[in-house]
Amino acid sequence: MLEVSGLDVFYGDAQALDGVSLTIEPGAIVAIVGANGAGKTSLIRTIAGMQKPASGHIRFKGTDIAGRPTYKVCNLGIGQVAEGRQIFPSMTVLENLETGAMLPRAREGKARNLDRVYRMFPRLAERRAQAAGTLSGGEQQMLAIGRCLMGAPELIMFDEPSLGLAPALVHEMLQSIVGLNREGITCVLVEQNVAVSLKLAKHAYVLENGRVTLSGSGDALLADDRVRQAYLGL
Amino acid sequence: MIRRLTDGLPRRALALLLLFAVVMALAPFFVSDYVLSVLIISLYFAFVGQAWNLMLGFAGQLSLGHALFVGIGAYTSAALFTHFGIDPWVGVVAAVALSTLMGCIIGYLGFRFSIRGVYFALLTIAFAEFTGIMVDNSAWLGGSAGLFLPVKNAGSIDLLNLRGPPTLFYYLILILTGGALVLCRFLLNSKLGLYWQAIRDDQEAAEAAGVPLFRYKMIAVAISSALTGVAGVWYAFYYNNLFPESTFATGRSVELILGAVVGGVGTLFGPILGALILTPLGELLTALTSGLQIDGIKTFFWGFCVVAIVLFRPSGVWPWLAGLLKLDGRAR
Repeated sequence: MLEVSGLDVFYGDAQALDGVSLTIEPGAIVAIVGANGAGKTSLIRTIAGMQKPASGHIRFKGTDIAGRPTYKVCNLGIGQVAEGRQIFPSMTVLENLETGAMLPRAREGKARNLDRVYRMFPRLAERRAQAAGTLSGGEQQMLAIGRCLMGAPELIMFDEPSLGLAPALVHEMLQSIVGLNREGITCVLVEQNVAVSLKLAKHAYVLENGRVTLSGSGDALLADDRVRQAYLGL
Repeated sequence: MIRRLTDGLPRRALALLLLFAVVMALAPFFVSDYVLSVLIISLYFAFVGQAWNLMLGFAGQLSLGHALFVGIGAYTSAALFTHFGIDPWVGVVAAVALSTLMGCIIGYLGFRFSIRGVYFALLTIAFAEFTGIMVDNSAWLGGSAGLFLPVKNAGSIDLLNLRGPPTLFYYLILILTGGALVLCRFLLNSKLGLYWQAIRDDQEAAEAAGVPLFRYKMIAVAISSALTGVAGVWYAFYYNNLFPESTFATGRSVELILGAVVGGVGTLFGPILGALILTPLGELLTALTSGLQIDGIKTFFWGFCVVAIVLFRPSGVWPWLAGLLKLDGRAR
């Protein structure tokens, strides 16, 4: 579904991604693991069109989307739930969700998608008229995911979805990602919680200093000594 | 469309707004010439404040050079009128075209090269200042000696050439202010409004959610500068004289936006309320301090009052007042 090959990204002189290649099969959950500064967020931002690559290709369902502006990428069906609950605090919950549904591809199914989001996160339905900035951390993360779903994405990239959430909520959050995946949405998962994300993932990549150093099935990486030492502290 | 405009507005708000409109419409029959002139200036600031608020309050883009668009609108229509006898109803088209063009140039430079926040504001100041200098050196536009519109006998009303008594200008600016209020409410409830507020709240998040940032920021600047250009045409024909120093100065730009800031940035009624507080307050201070014979005492007290208002009602007077009147909680 998504094929990244030879991706180089620079911030000024500093190289953030160095020849990154990866393949994301339709319907899969793919985990991307790595330390802080390894290039995970850069990778997501580049795929989403928020960062221009110096070279390389990003093919989504056959078309090269590298360097396209974000709103065009979104409209092809690639959504993202960015790090740090990027909601619009002064707007109501419903307005936040409607903003996500303004993409040309999503207009027609707006009512259906809203219904789906409210069924998935009933809390959002209860608080639809409330300013989003007054929601709790967990609810804001639900809203960020809900807004992304309003754009009718076929692939969602999650950047640290459990960051800063209470342990009980972390589980709930990951369960909802699994639920979305069962409904047929391909998921790219960047998580600090390496053990959990590897368990969920069909396939996983390890990023180090902007390079893919390891890849394999989630289970295989969980059993890999290097991964166990570096990321699981075992 | 009318349903959509009033949707979500409490009955009380609608009733109060209607009452306010009726009072304003009947005001010229009951007040003195002096009070009328204060109301006229108040409404002018309300209209420009609304136009400016659309950019900062809705779309999050700070302009400190809005006097530029007033100036372009004013000088364009005034020059066409004095030199070629072109009436202001045609002049306003040229005025709006030019001020919108200027707005788009500033917007393009700012948004294409990611100049944000105060740096964008500096860009708007720079354009206002150098346009002022250019006008100052243009003999065709009257230079620093000023551009004067021919005044005929002020008793009769010549609607085509906008020559007439203050009441004519009062109703014109009242219609403009009312129109801008309706337009802004309509825009705020449309896709444009959603996208603008998303950009204002969090530009990165808006981009991630698929908002075409450049396009929607450009639309905000274009509409704001167009409306402000219309205000400029009104300004020229009301005052009949234009001086580059007092038209384009940064102090002018600040004066234009104070009402909106005091009333409540990002609210619909804030700019109107703010202008109706500040302008009469300034006049009152002039009257009170004229006996004291101290230079600048009025400006000092005025500044003092503005600081007090901003200090005690940091999000503006309107959200607070709307709460007191038990209107829409978000004071739109």
